[in-house]
Amino acid sequence: MASKQTALYDEHVKLGARMVEFAGYEMPIKYHGIRDEHKRVRETVGIFDVSHMGEIEISGPGALDMVQKITINDAARLVEGQAQYSAMCYPDGGIVDDLLVYHMQDKYMLVVNASNKEKDLAWILENKLENCEVTDVSDQVSQLAVQGKKAEVTLQKLTELNLNMIPNFSFTQGSIANVPVLISRTGYTGEPGFELYFENQYAVQLWNAILAAGKDFDIEPVGLGARDSLRLEKKMYLYGNDIDQTTNPLEAGLGWITQLQKNDFIGREAILKIKEAGLKRKLIAFILDNPGFPRKGYNVFKNGIEIGYVTSGTVSPMLEKGIGLAYVAIDFAKVGAQIDIDIRGKKNSAQIIKPPFV
Amino acid sequence: MNIPSDLKYTKDHEWIKVDGDTATVGITDYAQGELGDVVYVELPEEGAEVSMNEAFGSIEAVKAVADIFSPVSGEVIEINEAIQDEPEKVNQDAYGAGWMVKIRLSNPDELSQLMDAAAYKEHIS
Repeated sequence: MASKQTALYDEHVKLGARMVEFAGYEMPIKYHGIRDEHKRVRETVGIFDVSHMGEIEISGPGALDMVQKITINDAARLVEGQAQYSAMCYPDGGIVDDLLVYHMQDKYMLVVNASNKEKDLAWILENKLENCEVTDVSDQVSQLAVQGKKAEVTLQKLTELNLNMIPNFSFTQGSIANVPVLISRTGYTGEPGFELYFENQYAVQLWNAILAAGKDFDIEPVGLGARDSLRLEKKMYLYGNDIDQTTNPLEAGLGWITQLQKNDFIGREAILKIKEAGLKRKLIAFILDNPGFPRKGYNVFKNGIEIGYVTSGTVSPMLEKGIGLAYVAIDFAKVGAQIDIDIRGKKNSAQIIKPPFV
Repeated sequence: MNIPSDLKYTKDHEWIKVDGDTATVGITDYAQGELGDVVYVELPEEGAEVSMNEAFGSIEAVKAVADIFSPVSGEVIEINEAIQDEPEKVNQDAYGAGWMVKIRLSNPDELSQLMDAAAYKEHIS
């Protein structure tokens, strides 16, 4: 099957982006350079086309019960206009996907990873309660992320909404550059910023309006390459790397979204058992002592004995050091401990740190 | 695509510029473009003996790692320490400030096995 294009494909090509296939879409991996784009977001503001993300709506009288059944965080705590980071688990506690849950006026919207969308949709339908409706709106919805210290002042130029009034993990509906949007104070960079959801037909108009409004702050389009290094510096997870169906939320450090006290949800019993038995390993964050580039799949050693593996790694553009996440045996998963990362046959010493990296 | 005509090339995308019995080695503009942002370059020690087609170092870019192969045999007489501090020079100026090592040739006959600019252009097209 040919790759899909987002509504902004032609804009990316015009801007000189290098396009790659990702999760069935042709996406920009970079425009000018990954490090420059990364720093632009940390210093002022960048704009990302993340229209490949999946949006699945759950509506009807049983919508909340349905969301509660399939997600591990407590969606009952959300009031209309709030969003929540959550995950879906299998009955054995393995992770189906991580996602955002939006409490909209008369429905919930789940924003899921592009690479998992079909799998997620099948899982949700398989577990669907009778008194709710599940609708995949991914193909109608575009998403832009505007991230960085200057994201708010950039977008404020384009709207009558008082963006300052939107708290973290909250959203509102309104008009930006005359485009009807859902604007949410969320993101995947660790910087202040917003994510905008809107109909595909407005994508080019909104993208160009934001690029123009951000000119004073040297706004740049940012590709998936920098999106990955930005999230990693803040220890945000990538499904397929740091979490997947073979990892459980507790060892991944997602205990804070695992609301075991709420009514039954898929995976709860298994997670309770895992908690009772004690964790065998834990996802840790490390910094290399010397120059080097840790990558996914590299093995982790302590005193010559293999104790785990790297799930994500990069050279941090801000620290200019090799950083990464790794599952290591629980006895060695202590902040301050020294470990060795096997980089192409050479042991590179590293220290376990308390995240985030920057 | 920048392929200077006064250089020789390998199929693994290194360039070599010969000056008497020494040669400067780097990676091509095409190679840096394919690799993307270079973040770390591992080079041999000065004084190391290298053989033709032998990996003498590696280039870590954001999305991939690549070995650097020596186009010729000889002794490493100088390494570019500047690119260890500023690896982005490899992207910005692959044939200039982004050079990697200088080698004293032990077997200049090997040069005849390398590609000229036209052959390299053909190789990457």
